[in-house]
Order: sequence, then structure tokens, then C-alpha cells
Amino acid sequence: MINGIQLYFRLLSTSIRSQMQYRGSFVFLTIGHFLTTGIEALGILALFDRFGNLNEWELPQVVVFYGTVNISFALTEAFARGFDIFGGSLVKTGEFDRVLLRPRSTAVLIAGWELQMHRLGRFLQGLVVLVLGLIHLDSTFSILSFFTLLTAIIGTILFFYGVLILQATMSFWTIESLEIANVLTYGGVETAQYPMAIYKEDFRRFFTYVIPIACVAYFPLLPVIGIPDPLGSSRTFQHLAPLVGGLFFLASLTAWQLGVRYYKSTGT
Amino acid sequence: MSLKTVAFKHSVQIYWVVFAVRFKTLLQYRAAAIAGVITQIFWGSIKLMIMAAFYAQATVAPPITFPEVVAYVWLGQVLLGLLPWNHDPELDQLFRTGAVAYELLRPLDLYMLWFARILAFRTAPTLLRLVPGLIFAMLLLPLIGLEEWQLKPPEDVVTLVLFLCSMVATVLLSCVFTILMAGAMFWTIEGRGVASLMNGLVVVFSGMVIPLPLFPSWLQPFLQWQPFRGLCDIPYRIYSGNIATDQAVAEITFQFGWVAILLASTYVLFSFARQKVVVQGG
Repeated sequence: MINGIQLYFRLLSTSIRSQMQYRGSFVFLTIGHFLTTGIEALGILALFDRFGNLNEWELPQVVVFYGTVNISFALTEAFARGFDIFGGSLVKTGEFDRVLLRPRSTAVLIAGWELQMHRLGRFLQGLVVLVLGLIHLDSTFSILSFFTLLTAIIGTILFFYGVLILQATMSFWTIESLEIANVLTYGGVETAQYPMAIYKEDFRRFFTYVIPIACVAYFPLLPVIGIPDPLGSSRTFQHLAPLVGGLFFLASLTAWQLGVRYYKSTGT
Repeated sequence: MSLKTVAFKHSVQIYWVVFAVRFKTLLQYRAAAIAGVITQIFWGSIKLMIMAAFYAQATVAPPITFPEVVAYVWLGQVLLGLLPWNHDPELDQLFRTGAVAYELLRPLDLYMLWFARILAFRTAPTLLRLVPGLIFAMLLLPLIGLEEWQLKPPEDVVTLVLFLCSMVATVLLSCVFTILMAGAMFWTIEGRGVASLMNGLVVVFSGMVIPLPLFPSWLQPFLQWQPFRGLCDIPYRIYSGNIATDQAVAEITFQFGWVAILLASTYVLFSFARQKVVVQGG
């Protein structure tokens, strides 16, 4: 176990050093990522400027959703790159055979494949927006709300990590990388930037019961913002909801192990 | 026919073949297109739900009506491939492997050669996604009871023709921005950084994030003059009638004006770039 963790950090530090060989590109990438992902915030700002508010929601409340989902997704993307590119770069090429030869956990090796440094761009813009939102909230921000926020962030990271593991797992069967998973990752981020309550009911149900992003990036943020749920969920439920993210992650990991057992090489 | 015209005809033929081959190759990626269509439909739906929520409680009429926004959003999704937000991975590979040296050896104009390839790269995948996307947005949506989200055909034939003229400029403009990204690689070798910077500019200033008329009024004078507007805002608003037919000609001229300026300046850039190139590998 300890050995696994050591290995993981070693892999990550190698990845960082190799990316620092292209320092100019890293700087460009990070700035570019900050701007491209931060643009959505400009969109929200412009819409609020034009329309005043969004039903019962005010700007600072909405940007708490925005900030949380963005910093969580940035961290997931940074650390789950191996799973993200898995289908195209490892299964299709037969490269995964080499990973299997190593006497270590495949999940750890793939998780340590690459640490994408430039995701810092999305993380920073999300953080700036989140802090600004929290400052301008009407309700006071206590230690308790800080911890609730933290559980929401951890839950969201685990949820997105789970989606990326599932995406990688699917490619054991399809050989290709499944771009369709983008609907759940990027689409999930896009969706969760606004409070779930504004969407159509079927759509909301899908993102609560099938793909539980509402459980990690909507319900637990309501006590942080300090307003009752327009959908009528209880506070207890809202506090417990991020656990669903953890369960989703564990389920994906189990699926991954099944997938590894199924794996047939494409190699020559 | 003079020798010069023969040579000219011959070279045009070459660029046409480069375009056609790349175009046909790219038409093979059908599975990717299906994934793309589903993503775009999903995206369009989220955007419309958000917009609908804002519009439902608007007290002052915004400068663009909800039906016009619906057309704006759907056209943006089905024509997404035309946005110059990424560039040909094949060109990226050329720089990384050093194979760009072979490109420079060819007795052809590098700019024209790459322009032909990029034209195929921009149009072929878009064409693949356009049809199923349109079927969904125009025909399927009313069938499932969501008429208010349907992409309606343009008002009359004149509008349609003006829209198509505007789209010609859009395609050219998109190719010029794409080739600018490729040209930047002569300096940076690795293309992703510049591409992501371009991506940011394109997405916000074309109107993809939110329709440009919804931005605050004090920003409008600036938004009005920047070239990225020609990528989405102008054609989509001509389509929906938000830009009236009598203004449309001026707007299309504006688009072609930017095409001319950018074509000329990227061409000059390329002639400098040739001398800057670093060939990787040995």
C-alpha cells in the first residue's frame, strides 16, 4: 500500500518534470485554460447583468455552484488523465500489455500516467469565482459551511473520477475511446454550473438518480448558500448526499477490475 | 495558353486533389460523428433550458427574442465543427516529428497546400454532423412536444440565400484562423498552447458562449467590430431575422473584409515563418 503511494507520487513528479521541458507551452496552456474555462463565468455574469436574476436565484448563489464544480473538475482532470486517454492511447495501441507486465496495481499505474499541470487554469478561475461568490452571499460563512463545501468538493471529484474510470473501462470492450463520455464530464460541468432546480424535470431526474451529479454538486451546496431547496429536499439529505460520489467512485473501480480481467490485447 | 497559365492550372489542380483526398478521408470517421451529434444535442438542450429560465422571468425585452436565441443556439451546435477552436492534429504531428521539413521541400506554396487541407478538416466533419443534428432540431423536437425549442427554417428565400452567402465567409474566416494557429507552431513547435488561447477568444467573441446581443450594451461597440463575430453571430442572426435583410449585405461585406485582411496578413506571416522553423529529430 505504502509502496503503491510512493510509486504514485514518483510517477507524478516524473510527469511534472517532463512537462516543464516545454515551459513556454505550459504557460500558454495554463493561461489559455484559465481563459477558455473562465469564459463561462463571463457568460453567467453577462446574463445576470441583462436579466437581473434567475427566478429565486441571485448571482452570488449561482456562482457558488459554478466555482465548486469547476475546481472539482479541474482536479479530477489533472489527476485522471491516464483514464481519460486510456481507450485511444493504451487499449487501441496494445500499450496496456506493458502495463500489465508490471507487478503493480493497474489502477495506480494509470492514475499516475500523467499529471496535467495546465488544469491549474480551470482550478484558479473556479477558485476566484467561488471566493467572490462566498464573499457576496447574504448568509454568513461559518466553519460548518466550510466543511460542507469541502465534502461537496470531494464528492464531486470522486464522482468525476468515477465517470472517467468508467469511460476507460468501457474501452476494454469497445477498443476505441468513447467520446460520448464527454456528455457526462464536460456536459456535467456545464449542467452543474447552474442550480439543478432550473432544468426540466426528466433531465434533473437523470442527473440525480442515473448519473448522480446533483447529489455532489447541487444538494450539499444548498446549506452552504443558506437557502431551502426549491425542490423540497431536507437538510439531512443535503448533508449526506456527497456520500453518493464516494459510492459511485467505488462502483467504477469495481467495474474497472472486471474490465482488466476481460481485457484482450490488440497487440501484434 | 502561356506557360504561366498552364502552371497555374496545374497547381490549382494539385491543391484541389489535396483538399479532396483529405475530405474523403475525414468523411470516414462516422462513429466519432455520432458521438459528436449526441454531445451537441445535449449541449444545445442545456443552453436552451438555461436561456428559457432567464427569458421566462425577463421584465425588459432583451435585444434578441427567445425564438431567435433558439435558432442561434441550434445553428451554433450543428455547425460547431466550423469553429476554429482546434487545429488539424496531422499538422501538429508534422512539427513534433520534424516531418515539416518534407513539407517545406515540396515545390508548392506551403500556405496554399495547408489551406486546402484545413478547408477539408473544417468542412468534412461538420458536414457529417450537420444532417443528423438538423433532423433532430428541425423535425424531431416538435414531435416530442418541444415546439418552442425547434429550429425553424428561415423566413423567406432571400434570408436563406443571404445566410448561405454569409456562411461562405464564415468558412473562409474559420480556415484563416485555423491556419494562423498552424503558423504559430513555427515558433512554438508544440501547438496546444496557442490553440487553447485561440479557443478562448473564438468561443466568447463569436457568440458561442452567449449570443453577442445579450452582452452589456457598453460592450457592444467593441463586439461589433471584432472579426470573430463573423464566425457565428452574423450568419445566425441573418438566419433568424434578427439582422434584417437590408442590413445583411453590409454585414456580409464586413465578414469578407476581415477575410481579406486576415488572408493577406497570415500569408505574409507564413513567408516569415518559413525562415524560423526548427526541424525536430535527426
